[in-house]
Amino acid sequence: MNGKKKDSRRRLPNEEALGDAEDVRIGQGPTVQLLSELVAHLRENRTQLREEWARRITESELLMAMTKEEIFKEATAVYDNYVAVLETGSVESLQAYARDLSERIIPRGVETREVLGIVLLLRDVLGRSLFKKYQGDIALLNRVLDAYEPAANRIANTVGVSFVQERERIIRQQQEAIRELSTPVLQVRERLLILPIIGVIDPQRARQLTEQLLRGIRANRAKVVVIDITGVPSVDSTVANHLVQTVDASRLMGATVIVTGLSSEIAQTLVTIGVDLAKMKTVGDLQGGIEEAERLLGYKVTMVTAKEQASLK
Amino acid sequence: MRVPILKQGNYLIASIQSALSDFELLQLRDDLASQVGRFRSRGVIVDVTVLDVMDSFAVRTLRAISQIARMRGAETVIVGIQPEVAFAMVQLGLTLGQVETALDLEEGLALLEVRSKQTDNNDSEK
Repeated sequence: MNGKKKDSRRRLPNEEALGDAEDVRIGQGPTVQLLSELVAHLRENRTQLREEWARRITESELLMAMTKEEIFKEATAVYDNYVAVLETGSVESLQAYARDLSERIIPRGVETREVLGIVLLLRDVLGRSLFKKYQGDIALLNRVLDAYEPAANRIANTVGVSFVQERERIIRQQQEAIRELSTPVLQVRERLLILPIIGVIDPQRARQLTEQLLRGIRANRAKVVVIDITGVPSVDSTVANHLVQTVDASRLMGATVIVTGLSSEIAQTLVTIGVDLAKMKTVGDLQGGIEEAERLLGYKVTMVTAKEQASLK
Repeated sequence: MRVPILKQGNYLIASIQSALSDFELLQLRDDLASQVGRFRSRGVIVDVTVLDVMDSFAVRTLRAISQIARMRGAETVIVGIQPEVAFAMVQLGLTLGQVETALDLEEGLALLEVRSKQTDNNDSEK
């Protein structure tokens, strides 16, 4: 999580020149004048440039999850915000808009690549229009670009960062939701518990799991516990060690642990990591695990014949 | 306070009543070692239900008790380890090795019953 956060804060090279504070205004003195000229140009050609941009978006097959009308609507809003940033130098309203936009489009499957793609396209469209306008005077064009480029970079950066932050917020929210789905400890027979584990095990969850299981062993006076890890996607050395710890702790309380549902990948990982499996009883699937547990407890399950069934009725 | 050791049929039951000092643990070890011989016991149960901490010395002494008792012909079962204690033990890497464990006194007695039947069967097979 931390690593990602750092990434989102990384700035583009041009951006560094602008400093860190949010309230730093873009450009000073003559640049301000150039920018206002720029803004006037962009306002004048709003319809044409906006259409050009929307066309390029569709051409590049970006935002396929959205309809043409939606793209045009959002494009208009982004365009106006873009121009506003160039004019005022403050990215706050753009940031708010980008967040709001991300919130709307992330559930529809829009990817980071696409969002960055459309912003860079707009940058490109506007850049070209500037070239066209000022190509007669290279010196002026240079100064115009000096004013435009950092601002444009900053805008692209803001939109990208807002999108990634929104995604991270959603990921965090989902992680919490997963964590709250506590793992049940269920009694299936007298003195036999099953613990089906579904989802990723992190150290915190592993600890919670073990505590719950140990309490369950005491409360149900369990002798055998079947831990099913069919729903665990992957196992690393930390998780494997937690599993071994759980098995050991259960044994200290007098319960035998049977681990079931080890996929071939997980089995290979465990062997590669070199986990001491001697302490663990493992059975292929949950059914086998329960059968083994019943054997340990002295249960014998037999099928009732058709005749007996009839007589029961 | 000395840990009371009760004789129950073929078994000895050491029921710890309060947290023990290192000295008291060693005393328990020595008492059990001599009484296993005196009563010709087949099994020893150490009840640690009241203990809410188990340090490395306690674990080592319990292992020693088990080994001594085995050499004198008795199986040892540790009963009543609390969930918190069990979890702390595995986190600290304290293991009881070959020592048997059971949930409580009742389970411990049942386990010893099973074990002694197994040895009886083995003997009769010979």
